[in-house]
Amino acid sequence: MKRLSRCIMYIVGILYLIPFYILINLAFRPASNSSSYWIPSFNLYLDNFKNAWLEANMISAFKNNIFITLVVVVSVIVLGAFASYPLARYKTKFNNFIYTLCVSCMIVPPLTILVPLYKLIVNTTGTSTYLSVILPHIAYQLPITIFLFTGFIGSISKELDEAALIDGCGRFGIFFRIIFPLLKPVTATVTILVGVAIWNDYTFSIFFLQKPNMYTLTVALNQFFSQFSNQINWVAAGCIIGTIPLVILYLFLQKYFVKGLSAGAVKG
Amino acid sequence: MKTIQSKLKKQLHSPKIVNIMYVPALIFFVLLIFYPFFQGIIISFKEWNGYSPKFLWVGLQKYQKLFHDKDFYFTVKNTLIYGVGSTLIQNVLGLGCAVLLDQKMRCEKLVRTVVYLPVVISALIMGYVWYFFFKFEGGAINDIMMLLGLDPLDWLAVGKRSVWIITLVNSFQYMGISMVIYLAGLQGIPKTYYEAASIDGATSWTKFKNVTIPLLMPAITTSVVINIIGGLKLFDVIMAMTKGGPGYTSASISTMMYQMYFVRMDAGYASAMGIVMFLIISIISIINLKFFRNKEVEM
Repeated sequence: MKRLSRCIMYIVGILYLIPFYILINLAFRPASNSSSYWIPSFNLYLDNFKNAWLEANMISAFKNNIFITLVVVVSVIVLGAFASYPLARYKTKFNNFIYTLCVSCMIVPPLTILVPLYKLIVNTTGTSTYLSVILPHIAYQLPITIFLFTGFIGSISKELDEAALIDGCGRFGIFFRIIFPLLKPVTATVTILVGVAIWNDYTFSIFFLQKPNMYTLTVALNQFFSQFSNQINWVAAGCIIGTIPLVILYLFLQKYFVKGLSAGAVKG
Repeated sequence: MKTIQSKLKKQLHSPKIVNIMYVPALIFFVLLIFYPFFQGIIISFKEWNGYSPKFLWVGLQKYQKLFHDKDFYFTVKNTLIYGVGSTLIQNVLGLGCAVLLDQKMRCEKLVRTVVYLPVVISALIMGYVWYFFFKFEGGAINDIMMLLGLDPLDWLAVGKRSVWIITLVNSFQYMGISMVIYLAGLQGIPKTYYEAASIDGATSWTKFKNVTIPLLMPAITTSVVINIIGGLKLFDVIMAMTKGGPGYTSASISTMMYQMYFVRMDAGYASAMGIVMFLIISIISIINLKFFRNKEVEM
């Protein structure tokens, strides 16, 4: 029985590797090689990567991706931690209502408000600016962040607050000196959850970043794909370039990734 | 002592000043989610191209149009298939894998790493990778078909088939999340429960049905709700593989909205669709929560 289940799991594992096999195989062979995608090519042909890197303007895409992801992650952590402190510690009726309001934002699909949001962005920051995509991202990542932070702060003993209060610490002091330093584990979770979501985002990026020099990786790849859809090897190379940073991080920090990305599914 | 404590409690609970700490976050919600949401409702009553200052009030006309739009019926049906179909596949297979992996296998870590890997990758990129499999000329699946002596098939040319292919692709990518949730749930069930059941003469199937499933209910609730919301919102994979085509035959409400607004420039119609999508998602998530929460038991 155990042997059978091990067998099944190995098959599942291999099944999950097949797409990556095809992707890597395609990326490393010249377009002139027209044999089946399944047949491995043993020569390391790197021109696809060079072409993808230059044609899709990956340097600027990487720069944009890193900048946008960093700004969103840091803002979400600061704003989220700030908001969660009163919501977790002073549970008045009004604050509970605010909390419900914050968390219920999670079920509003970004596309539902696409039309008015687009109009709003055009009228304020204008499209194809960093702010045009960063602001909606922050708004959409905050609910889950507040959800996680509030849960975590709620689990920190209140006696810590009381002790600090007796020692003459102000209420904001309690947050900055006691609570904030204790948030490290949940901050790691939020960083990964939000970081991966923003790095891979396509929805907001394709709406709000329309100038080529502002493209993020997904948008750049999307344009590249529609332009060179017959150059399948270039596209494959581009896909690899776009995924490699996260895949490497994932392999090294696997435990945190699994915890972080599944945290969105933690029971409230 | 008592007075000091009650004083302290009062101080700890009364100060409203700390509440200003959530004001910045609230500003974001109000400006970028609530305000556009209500604007969206208003726009859905307008005939408007999305750009010009001119518009026309048309009342409920856009919603009436929705009810008579055959393409929209298609997209609602597709959206439900994407949502419900992927949820079923991901949870059944995810639970299966979790149960198998839970038997203290040596390969557990390795398989988990591989199965969870696609979760990290952009859905758009995974969509392109699968496009290499399903494309007509030289696609990896057609190569196998030809090897078996079958005629190659243009897999993504028929909307009905594409819908299921996209559902499978989406399930493949995110099954890892369900698996990890269930694995954590299974590892949280005390072994003594199984031992007690064994003493009572339970077979492994009855143990699974009467011990595992009821105690796993909280995990099932979260996994199902998360998957169904994700599936109903599906956008990236569809854009990568078919762009909703041919016509709207494989479109979800999301991709049809995108087309309506940016290509057909019918902002009112797109907004009305957005509201309908919001209603569908809310109703389904509420029903789900109610249904599964009722089945949860105390450990």
